[in-house]
Amino acid sequence: MNNTSYTFAYLDEQTKREIRRALLKGLAIPGHQVPFASREMPLARGWGTGGMQVTAAVIGRNDVLKVIDQGADDTTNAVSIRQFFSRVAGVRTTTRTEEATLIQTRHRIPETPLRPGQIMVYQVPQPEPLWRLEPSRAETRRLHALAEYGLMHVKLYEDIAQHGRITLAYDYPVLVHGRYVMAPSPIPAFDNPKLHRSPAIHLFGAGREKRIYAVPPYTDVISLAFEDHPFRPWKAEAACALCGSTESYLDEILIDDRGTRRYICSDTDWCERRRTGGKTA
Amino acid sequence: MTEPPLLSVRGLDVRFGALAAVDDVSFDVWPGEVVAIVGESGSGKTTLLRSIHGFIRPTAGSVLYRSDRFGEVELTMLDEPRRRLLARTEWGFVHQNPRDGLRLSHSAGANVGERLMAAGARHWGKIRAQALAWLDRVEIDPTRIDDLPRTFSGGMQQRLQIARVLVTNPRLVLMDEPTGGLDVSVQARLLDLLRRLVADLGLSVILVTHDLGVARLLAQRILVMQRGRVVEAGLTDQVLDDPQHPYSQLLVSSVLFA
Repeated sequence: MNNTSYTFAYLDEQTKREIRRALLKGLAIPGHQVPFASREMPLARGWGTGGMQVTAAVIGRNDVLKVIDQGADDTTNAVSIRQFFSRVAGVRTTTRTEEATLIQTRHRIPETPLRPGQIMVYQVPQPEPLWRLEPSRAETRRLHALAEYGLMHVKLYEDIAQHGRITLAYDYPVLVHGRYVMAPSPIPAFDNPKLHRSPAIHLFGAGREKRIYAVPPYTDVISLAFEDHPFRPWKAEAACALCGSTESYLDEILIDDRGTRRYICSDTDWCERRRTGGKTA
Repeated sequence: MTEPPLLSVRGLDVRFGALAAVDDVSFDVWPGEVVAIVGESGSGKTTLLRSIHGFIRPTAGSVLYRSDRFGEVELTMLDEPRRRLLARTEWGFVHQNPRDGLRLSHSAGANVGERLMAAGARHWGKIRAQALAWLDRVEIDPTRIDDLPRTFSGGMQQRLQIARVLVTNPRLVLMDEPTGGLDVSVQARLLDLLRRLVADLGLSVILVTHDLGVARLLAQRILVMQRGRVVEAGLTDQVLDDPQHPYSQLLVSSVLFA
């Protein structure tokens, strides 16, 4: 399997060392965005190059890799990235959450609870939580440095004023370790509580924006909210049409031209495991 | 006056290369007092105001401020976090152009609430109630709380900016031509409003204006600036009715009477 014409895990050693330094700094200052020299990868920026570079920097020969795209293990992006690493690093891959030591993900944290020693790698399109509120990056850096986050609540205030509740459904801003406000990448707000005091390591890589940040194990990750409008992780009020689960995050699928809908688990591994365990809808 | 001044400016210089935009300016502001800085365009009024607020670092001199929170502080030496904390709690800055002081893509309510949230308010209902109360106070129809300020008229935008600055009960407000660019009837209404708010809240104000009428109406004391220097200072009526310096005389005699 291992194609020897590549350096182990594709990136050269110097680059991997630089990314590891950025990762260590990120872990030392939870939620703080560390700049890094993002490299060209053999796919376009915006397709997960940040996550792939982080994965390449931390992957070892004994790691078992799982790749998720929108919760699924079998979509194009997930399949391609999994194939890529099995080719350039020769590592074992899996779709089972509990078997994996390294999980690269876009949009979801698995339903199966993470355990100590596991590493989550997120593909981040936009690392700056204040980006739509403050156009200047020099100013957002200053706001982070001084922990001035009133602006973030302006966004939430307007949501409640317009819709009566906070309608932010994904990339819901969180306060990490009581200090930095962080964009948890476009995971649904439903997954935010899974970050709080998680036993796993969470690494975030934004390739196009050239930023790395991290949440070390057992760190406080609190979703921002108002006292009278507390944070509510939202999910569809339905059960999975395949496994009958009511506690997992569901995808809504249109199945005909008359608007008939079905809901199924977004986490394909979780759904499959429940069905092999005898659960049905 | 037995009370010490709220703000003492001593020997303030702001230089841009060889140009002295503000040249050796000294004055005091006492609690509850409105001081107007007048002078023609380019005389350094706005630069003086901006350097007091900390938008520009002065080249030399001292600005002493008596803070509720930190006691007596030297603003030219103050570290950035504390300066910004003071700026969003104890001071306010009203820009000449309301578009510089407002978030145009956020609703009026969010604009007023922003300073409250920046100061740590996290109860939506209370923030909303305070925003409504302040819109009413600056004579903006409370039903427009969720409208964007870009749909407001110039006068409304300026009143909204004033509400946004005053909502945290600052002690010292710096105003840069607050009535500039408004037509006279709107100006009169705004001046009326400002006069009432300043009296009700016991604000100290440093008001920069080129309009001597505005200075006469609002200020107790006047500084006249020319080429970066204060050429005359005194009580408003004294300076406007009996100007001593040739430049003040010129300025007073240049006012048009309708």
